[in-house]
Amino acid sequence: MTAGKHRPRWTAVFGAPLIVGVLSLAGLLSALLAGDFGRYFCWIAVALPVAIVTIVWLRPRFRRD
Amino acid sequence: MATGGASPPASATSGKEARLKARTVRIWSLVHTWTSLISTIFLLLLCITGLPLIFHHEIDEALGYAPQPEAAAGRPHAPSQTIVQAALAADPGRVMQYVSWDKDEPGIVITFTNTAPDGNPDDTTLRAFDAVTTKPLGKVGVGPMVIVLKLHVDMFAGQPGKLFLGGMGLLFAVAIVSGVVLYWPFTRRLRFATIRDKSARRVAWLDWHNLIGVVTIVWALVVGLTGVVNTWAELMLNQWKATELADMVKPYAGKPPPTHLASLDDVVARARQAAPGMEVAFVAYPGTPFSSSHHYAAFMRGDTPLTSRLLKPVLLDGETAEVSDTRALPAYLQALLISQPLHFGDYGGMPLKIIWALLDVLTIIVIGSGLYLWFARRRKRGRNTVPSEQVALAR
Repeated sequence: MTAGKHRPRWTAVFGAPLIVGVLSLAGLLSALLAGDFGRYFCWIAVALPVAIVTIVWLRPRFRRD
Repeated sequence: MATGGASPPASATSGKEARLKARTVRIWSLVHTWTSLISTIFLLLLCITGLPLIFHHEIDEALGYAPQPEAAAGRPHAPSQTIVQAALAADPGRVMQYVSWDKDEPGIVITFTNTAPDGNPDDTTLRAFDAVTTKPLGKVGVGPMVIVLKLHVDMFAGQPGKLFLGGMGLLFAVAIVSGVVLYWPFTRRLRFATIRDKSARRVAWLDWHNLIGVVTIVWALVVGLTGVVNTWAELMLNQWKATELADMVKPYAGKPPPTHLASLDDVVARARQAAPGMEVAFVAYPGTPFSSSHHYAAFMRGDTPLTSRLLKPVLLDGETAEVSDTRALPAYLQALLISQPLHFGDYGGMPLKIIWALLDVLTIIVIGSGLYLWFARRRKRGRNTVPSEQVALAR
């Protein structure tokens, strides 16, 4: 479960949240600025946090099966 | 509240450095706990009332409160002045304030009447009319969603209520930023998205709180801060009236209000000429908060998702409908207009509305779990001096 005893790097802690954050922001703006393509990208990017939480929530259920 | 009262795991750094770091974490933890606690009830109110508001069009439609235009595709719209006359006939003794055209409902025209041009906003009557047949389609802004909206916007406390909720939104932003700072000491030894569900329930909820909180940061900050900006709308509008609008109507200073009003059709036609490629979003009658005592103000919109939000005012003489002036809104009002879709989530179709609702539910979980962690910590303190999260985190 843990990442080991070495000194943790900030990218290991904040890397994934940063990517999710940047994509979320890009998604929020893309539907305003980039027409139909922006709208489709927006749906995917803004839904990313929901997808992550859903996957993490389902993970132990699949593991048990 | 993300800390749940836990302390970060002991580090391998020297004693003095470790004490400094522990003190910094304690300060941020206090900031996070109290900014969250103070705003919790109001944030829950905003999230819970915000949830149905995402779908207010659909709910109004399902409950029969949404106006339904007759099928008249392709037929020319009736003269706007006919609709104005129908609105005044429906509410005798009242005066026109605004007429609006919703870009998503091209078959409907909405009229706003009140006891006076600058009457109390709570006394405004909104009526929908069929844009082709001018048939009255009933009152707008009635039904249960109005109560939900008032709770969400100002808790029935008017402008003070709005500003108070804006303050709660700022506390929410501070809670988010302090939560980001605390994310490092509390998760640095864990892989991303680790949920220690085999540990105590508090530890598992701490992990859920941290995970959901960190992945929804940007959305929560954007929705929270745009909500704060919206609470300042009246202040911004007053500033615009006192500066830009006052400057635009300066040549008319001292002139009496118009004795007769130009036809709305003339106003719309001249405004379109003054702003080519744009459509009229709404027209404010002379004497209303969005205009001067001598002018109509036509607010024009573009046709893209962005430009349809960035309104451009065209000021027209109340008697002759001649264009007096037109200029772009100042940056702070443009920021307000852009902030609105980013708060409402109504600019990406039904899929975005559903995602908005799910993110709202996740925010409710973050707030609820934060509250649970705070209570759990207090309960635990009463029984045991060693916080179990500290033990779990140190593993």
